[in-house]
Amino acid sequence: MNTFQDSVVTAFSLITSFDPLLVSIVLRSLAVSASACALACSVGLLLGAWLGVARFAGRGVVLACLNTALALPSVVVGLVIYLLLSRTGPLGFLGWLFSFKAMVLAQAVLVLPVVTALVRQSIEDADRLHGEQLQSLGAGIGWRGMILLWDERYSLMTVLIAAFGRAISEVGAVMVVGGNIDGFTRVMTTAIALETSKGDLPLALALGVLLLLVVLLLNVLISLIRRWREAREERGVWQADGTTDAVIVKAGAR
Amino acid sequence: MSNTRTSESVPDVLFKLNAVGVQFGLVHALVDCTLSIGHGERLALVGANGSGKSTLLRHLHGLLPASSGQMLQPVPARQAMLFQRPYMLRTSVQNNVAIGLWLGGMRWRAAREQALAALERVGLAALAERSGKTLSGGQQQRLALARAWALKPQVLLLDEPTASLDPAAKREVESLMGEFADSGMTLIFSSHNLGQVKRLASRVIYLEHGHVLADAPVKSFFGEALPPAAAQFLKGELG
Repeated sequence: MNTFQDSVVTAFSLITSFDPLLVSIVLRSLAVSASACALACSVGLLLGAWLGVARFAGRGVVLACLNTALALPSVVVGLVIYLLLSRTGPLGFLGWLFSFKAMVLAQAVLVLPVVTALVRQSIEDADRLHGEQLQSLGAGIGWRGMILLWDERYSLMTVLIAAFGRAISEVGAVMVVGGNIDGFTRVMTTAIALETSKGDLPLALALGVLLLLVVLLLNVLISLIRRWREAREERGVWQADGTTDAVIVKAGAR
Repeated sequence: MSNTRTSESVPDVLFKLNAVGVQFGLVHALVDCTLSIGHGERLALVGANGSGKSTLLRHLHGLLPASSGQMLQPVPARQAMLFQRPYMLRTSVQNNVAIGLWLGGMRWRAAREQALAALERVGLAALAERSGKTLSGGQQQRLALARAWALKPQVLLLDEPTASLDPAAKREVESLMGEFADSGMTLIFSSHNLGQVKRLASRVIYLEHGHVLADAPVKSFFGEALPPAAAQFLKGELG
């Protein structure tokens, strides 16, 4: 058997035996990336929706900067966050460097442009089609953005997948700000890089396979949710959960 | 221009347009448009595609600013507009109507109750809990009428409201438009259906390339000598 086959066999035995080291790294990766996505989405959804409907002087420049930020190298983000969080940096008093929080912050910064840019495009397209009708009903820019965001919610699930995929697969930022500390800030990508350099290919391969599986499972889950909701709507079923009522009552507080 | 009904003869003026022009880049969608629209009128806008009907409606509704000239509204009037393809939100029929009321400042629960009354008005109350997206074209247009009616507008603007509907749905929507107009609402609609214009309108404006070429009461419009372009359009549409 060659090295590759050996590695594959060992990797699958590690996965099927729920190796504790493997499990802890995977869980930490999921926690970091999910937190970063939640943080980035809470800002990016609103910002993207607003950029999708608002028209202001300099909007073209803002969009050009936003689209450029899509190509931000993760190590550069890591470096900037490192400088901000280092002892002499402006956020050094937080004491977050080489911690879980620093990794979440770095990934959130990395993912924010992805969420904002994709949401902006989706909402702008919807606004071009339906914005006038909402405006005719009395919706200003803010409500137009919020209503379109709510109405496009199934399409925007793809944005979640893209954001999570970008977060969980990056290595540079978490390596710089997390430090790849065993049992503390080591995540799947940094572990793969380390184990490969050490020559422990089975563990690296097992982590690689799990990384792909996680993203695949997320895709399947979101696809299922989307199909289920769309099928319900096509059958004309609506009222069962009253979600629109809840959202509107909360949003408007009226 | 056939102006058997002049601006001066319009009673209770709601809109007064003075040489209004609307431009999109290099395209002049509306050129030097001068007219008055009075309370309770049933005004039909006719003309070929791209003649400026929708632009005029959108300008009257405040969705498009004038590039030149000005529009005066001596008495502010509540307006609602119906579009050719109404936007259905991904929610129930009832919520689709309630959202307009809610955006107008009404509490959500009250808005839903009033929405139900509006749906009863257009015969859709039985479908209140259905998803708005699953309605047929005619039902969606009736829902849009309910959404507009619920706002209690004094002026209802309609952009080709029956353009993509089958004959039965067309009749239903037309009948509702007639009822709304009978209740005193000012109706301003664009249409390619001259039969519908004859049935519903009291006054007709013919537009071509953004210019108002004819403006006359409906009987005169279909009976008297029109400018050649309008007469040719009429002939083509009737033929």
